[in-house]
Amino acid sequence: FQAVRKMPKVDARQRFYPADHEPAREKGPKPAPAKLRASITPGTVLILLSGRFRGKRVVFLQQLPSGLLLVTGPFAVNGVPLRRVNQTNVIATSKKLDVSRVRVPAEAATDAFYREPAKDKKQRLKAANRGEGVFFATDDISADKPDVPESRKAAQKAVDEAILAGVDDITKAYLRARFSLRSGQYPHEMKF
Amino acid sequence: MVFTRFVEVGRVVLINYGPDSGKLATIIDIVDQNKCLVDGPSTGVARQVISFTRIALTDLTVKIQRNAREKTLNKAWEEADTLNKWESSSWAKKLSAKKKRASLSDFDRFKVMVARKQKSEILSKKMAELEA
Repeated sequence: FQAVRKMPKVDARQRFYPADHEPAREKGPKPAPAKLRASITPGTVLILLSGRFRGKRVVFLQQLPSGLLLVTGPFAVNGVPLRRVNQTNVIATSKKLDVSRVRVPAEAATDAFYREPAKDKKQRLKAANRGEGVFFATDDISADKPDVPESRKAAQKAVDEAILAGVDDITKAYLRARFSLRSGQYPHEMKF
Repeated sequence: MVFTRFVEVGRVVLINYGPDSGKLATIIDIVDQNKCLVDGPSTGVARQVISFTRIALTDLTVKIQRNAREKTLNKAWEEADTLNKWESSSWAKKLSAKKKRASLSDFDRFKVMVARKQKSEILSKKMAELEA
């Protein structure tokens, strides 16, 4: 039982007056970015487990400020561009490439570089929802797809060239191949 | 059908179960119908009573007397060259191949896959040649 009820401060001319006094909730502290697994170090080959590129083997570059991992295919080898990936959706293998010479451009080491701008997202969803009229669509659907910005292409080129410099053919074939399980293979019994 | 592998003093056995599994030892003495005394000083097996259900008899034997001491046992092993004879047996080779396969990394497995494909290609080419 509250002896003195603290009423919320309201403007007398408001259209809406809250019925109960709900104190404004304080925003809690921002959680720290996820701790990077010890098995994931720059240059580690990772196996992506979900998303468009599931099964692909990619090279880990660095952890972004949000905690997500920055990886690259390299693009020329397996079609995976500079991309963010969550370490929960990843298996770290014991294969490590030398990425000491790789210098990720400063702007490409931020999360904002990889965030889809709202306008592009709208276009993408529009094209995806076109489903019913696909057969009769007279306009070119691919025209709705936004072009990859030049900064992305340049960053990709710079990073991939440095990675592929000392890589031998068998490693390239390894990165090109997709991971899959065969009969009798059990991930909890396998060493990666 | 004649039996050739007997439970006897000096029989080299492979321990299948327990903390020493995968190691070789020798039967030093027999306790009763189910257990024996076993020792493997050069393979890291302490002298202990072990059940027959936990061991597998091998073809190898060593010339020792009942309850031989560790030093005598080691000498007998060296004279019989037991470890080398074991390593060259197909049983031991199969065990080590299994262990190696289980310890392969993802990249190793990929290289094995490529090697098998290359081998298969060579074989099928040769077969086609011979059949022609």
